[in-house]
Amino acid sequence: MKRLLILVFALFMGSTAIAVDSATEAAMAADPVAEKRLQGLSEELRCLVCQNQTIADSNAELAQDLRREIRSMIKDGKSDSQIIDFMVVRYGDFVLYRPPVKGITLLLWGGPVALLIFGLLALRSYLKRRALRVAEQDRPLTADETRRADALLKEIDQ
Amino acid sequence: MNRYYWIVGAFAGLVALLAVGLNLNPRDVPSPLVGKPAPAFTLNQLAEPEKTLSPKDMQGKVWLLNVWASWCVSCRQEHPVLVEFSKTAGVPLVGLNYKEVRGDGEFDMGKMPAAEEKKLAFQRASQWLGQHGNPYTLTVMDLDGRVGIDYGVYGVPETYVIDKAGVIRMKHTGPISPDVLGQKIMPLLAELNK
Repeated sequence: MKRLLILVFALFMGSTAIAVDSATEAAMAADPVAEKRLQGLSEELRCLVCQNQTIADSNAELAQDLRREIRSMIKDGKSDSQIIDFMVVRYGDFVLYRPPVKGITLLLWGGPVALLIFGLLALRSYLKRRALRVAEQDRPLTADETRRADALLKEIDQ
Repeated sequence: MNRYYWIVGAFAGLVALLAVGLNLNPRDVPSPLVGKPAPAFTLNQLAEPEKTLSPKDMQGKVWLLNVWASWCVSCRQEHPVLVEFSKTAGVPLVGLNYKEVRGDGEFDMGKMPAAEEKKLAFQRASQWLGQHGNPYTLTVMDLDGRVGIDYGVYGVPETYVIDKAGVIRMKHTGPISPDVLGQKIMPLLAELNK
């Protein structure tokens, strides 16, 4: 049963992969340079329907439409930044997989760095305190303690 | 014991952050078009296909633009709300039918001639409005979804409130509930119509 499921799954995956390829292959053959640019651009852009996929990965209707739109803009001789702007004007910064650094994205960009610095500082202060504690305890035994240790050892030996 | 306070505090902070963050709707992407002039288009009207409509024809009026399609399931959910609204609205509600045929996914567009797509789209849209009621002052047909792209449409239904100067004042993504209508859209319409 399990094997059958895997087979069905593999067949399904295979068929969708082929479907995507035949569509892009034709365009690819016609103009490999433009298609390469399309690929690069669509990897930078988020598909708003399935939000965690790029336009390049997604096979959603909207992603197909936007790829077609990019293709025609490339044909019209638009630059990469003009094409990206076209998308941002319509869908906002959210369409960019690499959001721009500005006021409201400061936490997004700076957050991980700030957390790392905070963590390193916390680690340093912890290690310092620990070293102090260890140094404090790392001293020869007093006469009394030696006597007690000897007594314990003797007890074990017996 | 005191040194554990900040751990508890940090944990509480994290919980608060997640409580807010996870309750936000990830589909509610702020539209950059709010505050900008409504993108121009010229599209054929559904009822009178020889006539067209452009946003500039609506200049001087506060109006609503509602993106819909007969294949859109959530549109069915908001439709009764729109029908009810249109009875007393006093503002034009323009329907933008979005990719009526090619959005359906049932048809092989590679094999369908443009004329046939157009005929089918008009037929399906009229039939759907006949069946479910027509709240729209008029509907325009965006067969290939190009106007949809200009309006940043990514999930039908979507609704835009456009003011007298032709500026988009609000965008709502997803079906309009009576709450959204009563608490957000109606007050805005009243304010814009002042």
